[in-house]
Formats: sequence, C-alpha cells, structure tokens
Amino acid sequence: MTALVDETLAHGHAEHGHEELSFLRKYVFSQDHKVIGLQYGFTSLTFLLFGFSLMMMMRWQLAYPGQPIPWLGRILGETNAPGGIMAPEFYNQLGAMHGTIMVFLGIVPLAVGAFGNYVVPLQIGAPDMAFPKLNMASYWVYFLGGVTMLASFFVPGGAAQSGWTSYPPLSDIAPTGQTVWLFGMLFLIFSSLLGATNFITTIVQLRAPGMTWMRLPFFVWAQLVTSFLLLLAFPALQAAAVLQGMDRLAGTSFFLPSGLSVTGQLLPNSGGGSPLLWQHLFWFLAHPEVYVLILPAFGIVAEVIANNTRKPLWGYRSMVYATVFLGFMSFVVWAHHMFMTGMGTAMSTFFQTTTMIISIPSVIILTALFISLWGASIRFTTPMLFALAFLPMFGIGGLTGLPLGLAPTDIHLHDTYYVIGHFHYVVAPGTIFAMFAGIYYWFPKITGRKMSDFLGRLHFWPSFLFINGVFLPMFIQGMAGVSRRLYDGGYDYSHAQAVLHWNPFMSISAWLLGLAQIPFLINLFWSIKKGAKVGNNPWEATTLEWAAAPSPPLAHGNFPAIPTVVRGPYDYSVPGAPADFTPQHHDLVET
Amino acid sequence: MEIPYTVEPRPDTGLFNAKLGIWLFLASEVMLFGALFSSYILLRTGAPAWPHGRDEGLNVPLATLNTLILISSSVTMVMAWASVKLGDLKKFRLYMGLTFLCGLGFMVIKGIEYAHKFETHHYPSTNTFLAIYFTLTGLHGLHVLGGMIVNGYFWGPGAKLYGRDPERFANRIEVAGLYWHFVDLVWIFLFPTLYLL
Repeated sequence: MTALVDETLAHGHAEHGHEELSFLRKYVFSQDHKVIGLQYGFTSLTFLLFGFSLMMMMRWQLAYPGQPIPWLGRILGETNAPGGIMAPEFYNQLGAMHGTIMVFLGIVPLAVGAFGNYVVPLQIGAPDMAFPKLNMASYWVYFLGGVTMLASFFVPGGAAQSGWTSYPPLSDIAPTGQTVWLFGMLFLIFSSLLGATNFITTIVQLRAPGMTWMRLPFFVWAQLVTSFLLLLAFPALQAAAVLQGMDRLAGTSFFLPSGLSVTGQLLPNSGGGSPLLWQHLFWFLAHPEVYVLILPAFGIVAEVIANNTRKPLWGYRSMVYATVFLGFMSFVVWAHHMFMTGMGTAMSTFFQTTTMIISIPSVIILTALFISLWGASIRFTTPMLFALAFLPMFGIGGLTGLPLGLAPTDIHLHDTYYVIGHFHYVVAPGTIFAMFAGIYYWFPKITGRKMSDFLGRLHFWPSFLFINGVFLPMFIQGMAGVSRRLYDGGYDYSHAQAVLHWNPFMSISAWLLGLAQIPFLINLFWSIKKGAKVGNNPWEATTLEWAAAPSPPLAHGNFPAIPTVVRGPYDYSVPGAPADFTPQHHDLVET
Repeated sequence: MEIPYTVEPRPDTGLFNAKLGIWLFLASEVMLFGALFSSYILLRTGAPAWPHGRDEGLNVPLATLNTLILISSSVTMVMAWASVKLGDLKKFRLYMGLTFLCGLGFMVIKGIEYAHKFETHHYPSTNTFLAIYFTLTGLHGLHVLGGMIVNGYFWGPGAKLYGRDPERFANRIEVAGLYWHFVDLVWIFLFPTLYLL
C-alpha cells in the first residue's frame, strides 16, 4: 500500500511543474506556509539557544556569587561586569530577558508559528493557510519584535530589568530598556494576533472534504484552542503595554499610586493609579499564555504517541472536549498568581476554586495519553523517547502546581524557587521536550531525510538526566524558603545556608545540559544534506501530511490533489486492514 | 493551487475566509477595548474622587456632533456596499467618498478638542481622568485613521478590482464595513463614558 501511495504521489509530483519565483520571494518574503514555518522554526530555535545562554551566564553568578566569570567576563564590558564580576543590574536584565525571550520569542513562535504553520494545513488537507500574505506579515512583525528586544541590550541603562512580568511601579521608573521592551511586546502581540486569526480561519474554512471536526488530528485541535487563547488573551497585555507606555512616555500614573517616593524623593506624577491593575491585565494574558505553551506540546505528543504505539489514541473525544474546556477555563484563573497581593480572601477563594477545576482537563489529557500506551507494541524511535519523557515530566510540573493554586499553601511557596521549579518542569522538560519530539518526527516530512537515531539518543539521554539536575533541586530550595530573583542565590540569607550547596550542582547541570544540545545541532544540520533518505511516509502514519502529500510537500499547494477524508485520524491496527495503519483518505472497501 | 473560499462562502460555515477573519480580528479588538474599559472602571472605583468630563474641559456639544458624524458614516458605508452589490460603481464612489469625509471630519473635530485641551494645559499627566481620556480617545483615533486609509484605498486604487472581480471587491467592502462599524461602536461606548458619566 505504501508503494501505491508513493507511486500516485510521484505521478502527481511530475504533473505539477511549479512556477519559478525569485530567491527573495521564495525564501525570504515567502507566502508559502512551509517556508514561513521553517523561518519561524529557525528564528525561534536561535532565540531559544540565546535565551538559554543568558541563563547559563546567570547560573555562574548563582553558583559562585561575586567571582569573575571565566572567559565571558571580559567580553561583557565594564558596565555589565566590572572586573568580570556580574553587576546586579545586569543580572536583573539577564533574568528579565531570559523569561521574555524564552516565552515570547522562543517557545510560542516555535510551537505555534513553526509547527502550527508547517503542519496544520497539511493535516487538514489544505493547499496553504487562508491568508498567505498575513502569514508572511506575521513572521516579519515577529522578527521585528525580536530585533527590538535584542536592541534593548544596547540602549543606555541596558535591557528591561523588571522581570518578564514587568511589575510596576519598578518597571514604570526603570531605565529606557523597559520602553524598548514595551515596543517589542507590541510587535510580538500584533504578530500573534495576525497568526491566530489566520490559524482559526484556516482550520474552520480550509478543511478538506470529509474532514469533520471529530476527524481532525488532535494536534489541530490543540492549535485551534491555542489560537483562540492568543486571539483573546493577548489584547489584555496590549492594553497594559499601552498604559505602561503612557506612564513612561506621557507621564501618566496608571500604575503609580499617590505619594510614591523613590530614594526619598517624591515622584512628580499625579498619582492615583494602581500597581495591581497591571498585575490583573498582565496575568489575564499570561495565564492563558501558559496553556499556549502547553497545548501545542500536548498536540505533538499525541501525534507521536498514536504513531508509535500503533493504536488509536485512547479517549480522543474526551481529549478534545478537555482541551476546549481547558481553553475556556484558562480565562478565569489568572488571579491565582496574585494571592499575596492583598486582593482579599473572597477573590482568593474564587480563583483557587477555578484553579482546582482547570487541573481536571489537564489530568484527563495526560491520563488518556498514559492509557494509550497500555498494551501497545511501542516503537522506541527518537521522537517517541522525547514524547514518553514528556509525560512524567509534565506530570511533575502539573502536580507541583496544585500547592501553588491553593491560597494557604501558596503563602509559603510564593516567589520562591519552588515556583521556578514548577513552571520550568512544565515548560522545559515538558514543552521543549515535546518540541524536540516534533522536530525529530516531522523532519523527514520537511527534508525527505531522517535524523540520525544515534545522535538522537546522544541528545536525549544526557538532556533528560541534566534537565532534572537543574530543576529538581529547585523544589528543595523553594520549600526551604529561598526566594527567586536573588542576585546571590541566597548566599547572604541564613535560612538558605542549608540548601546552598545545590546551587553549584544546578549550575553544572545547566552547563552540561547546554553541552548535551551539541549532538542535536550537529544532527539537525548534518541530516539536512546527509541524513538517510526515506519514503513519503517513513513512520507509516495515518494523518494526511504523511499519507497524502510527498516529502517534502509540493511548493505551492502541498498535495497532488486535495484528498477526501473518509475516516478518523488514528486508524492504526484496524482488524482486517491490509496494513497496521489506514490513512485518513483511504476507503477500506475500495482497497 | 488556489486557496478555496476566498470569494464564495464555504457551504457548511456560510462564510468566505475574510469575513471569518475580520470577525475574529474584531473579537480581539473587543478584548483590547474591553481591557481598557475595565481599567477605567477599576481606576474610577479606586479613586477617592472622579471629575466629571466638563470639569476637565471636555466639550459635550462638539463630541455630540462627532457622534452624529460617525453614525452617519456607518450609514454611508452600508450604502457604499449596497451600491457595489447593485453594480453601481458611481454611487459606490459617492458613498465611499462621504464615508471617508465623515472620518476626516471626525478627526478634525477631535483635533480641535485636543488642541483646546493642550492650550488650557490639560495633559495626560494632569490627572488619571485625563490620562484615560487621552489613551482611550487616542487609541480610538488611531483606529479611525486606519479605517480611513482602508476606505480611501478602496475609493481610489483599490476600486480597480471591481473591473476584474466585482464579487470579490464587494466582499472587501463588506469586510472594511464591518471594521468601520466596530470603530463607530467603540465611539458610541466612549462618548457617554467619558463625556456624560
């Protein structure tokens, strides 16, 4: 059957001669979703590496506070690192920019911009995104936002240093870098708005004939809900950024209370504003944002697990309903980040209740994925290793979130390293591992070649080991009460002394984790030209991107002919079928 | 391969792509202005005293005139779309031109209001009321400006599409119209909130 598919595809390929475009139109200002997806992919991976490097520098200061940074210390310059020792202001810049870059320039563009762009039209059987020009614009506005953020390191006073959350009043009175940060955010928000509009329209309008809602691959559902979150949650931050911009540039006092004095000087502002207002607006975005980070990861892991267990996903419908419910609920949990602000017990009670409710759909999805493994003859491919590691890692991240969602326990844990450990387990060995699974899984689709399994394992096992070495001790430190965002990692605090020895351990793990990414980079670039050639459907998958399109898909239009879908997305091991996978557009009766 | 449903609606959803796109965009805009209106409410309820618009030099008669102008422009916008649908490009030009002029008139009156406030030393930094007033009306003004650019384009060079694909052109006017009505609607909320309450 595979041979038959390959043959028809090859036939179609020959028939469709593609029009010649100039280099600039083809690779730079391309309107093809696949090229834009790759642009997003390479840009966001670069930002991920850069954001990670910032953290590796910070970890030196945390492990060996006050000691000159070897090699790098001199490059950083006298203002940032006098005598090679990291200055506190620079430490704050690195922290703020690490968070901003990882979330807004790394993971979201990779999860949505890259994977969503490349895979969604292919999985629903569409020739392209609904608005190709908007798609191109969305990438270039994102790129502009990234350049703006990077440029902020070079303005007087350096980059933003009020944390990725940019809480006022500190952010209102911070140096110029904060203004640049706000403009960078406006670009990024605008970009994701264009992207989200495009994704939803594409999924609603461009599904191939027969691709009903319950036949959509789970990845597409995850992207659809993610897009709604981006569309409706991001404007709150846009509003907040406009208000903070007014505070900084026009001298308003939206976030400055009356009678605020800085170093003994009363600020000239009129006052009357509310620092809490920023927190409400910010977290109205930033909590749905957490689900923007995790839903595409669920999507990728579901695809990889279904393919490598050779079974239908267990509870596909429940997973879809859980995802939609999770999308709705994510809009009414934001103030669980604010239990300690004094907003009142009635508010806390409401938000801790909604927070407990929202944990249910996540548990449903994770449980369904676990049960999908039951009784399967699992193929331990490289993508599957990352997908399998995702399950317990996200499990740890999710479960450690429960004590933070309950107001009484949060009082002890708030703003400690426990919080850092919690959300990094969700995002790093959670989402980023899922992203790696996705890269290894769809690489053959993009290039027609497979990535090396040996290098893949050399990437996976050390990464898995060291990433736990980085984040697991954070729970221990956090429960001992060590605060986050400390310039010296707790060195000056008596209550931190008993757990201080974990700092060098975590730092060395972080640097080794950095080294463990080298096999991945070699693998990625080496395999583009030298990887083993594979057929159109090397994983023997059922979804349209593998079964109905050549690898790589046709430059404009993806498919030799738009397929007609006749079955659900995960018809693996159908009794009586000629192979253990039945593609979505295959009618068993006819074949 | 052509992207389907750019002109004709998809049978099961009843929408062409751009129509769904603009509704989604407007949903996002509702959230943007919704967040700002919520900020207004939070700031106002948290303030010990809140000035009335006229105490801060807001000109209610001028704003009323502006409201009427903007509502009229929504009517002419519909007429412009209807004219394209009926195949009368001349009438379309007339009504679209009127819509554009209404937008221009609104901006000029807004400019007069702003200038008057600056003359009497009412700045965004003066107090929280003026801060939110300038932010909300300024952002709305930018939206009007954006709409005028789009409308101006369809009145002028954009109208060439009519000759090639009248149905597609009509769709574009409909989409631009939906946006324009939204901008109008935002003002209908802004006017009483800032000037009257």
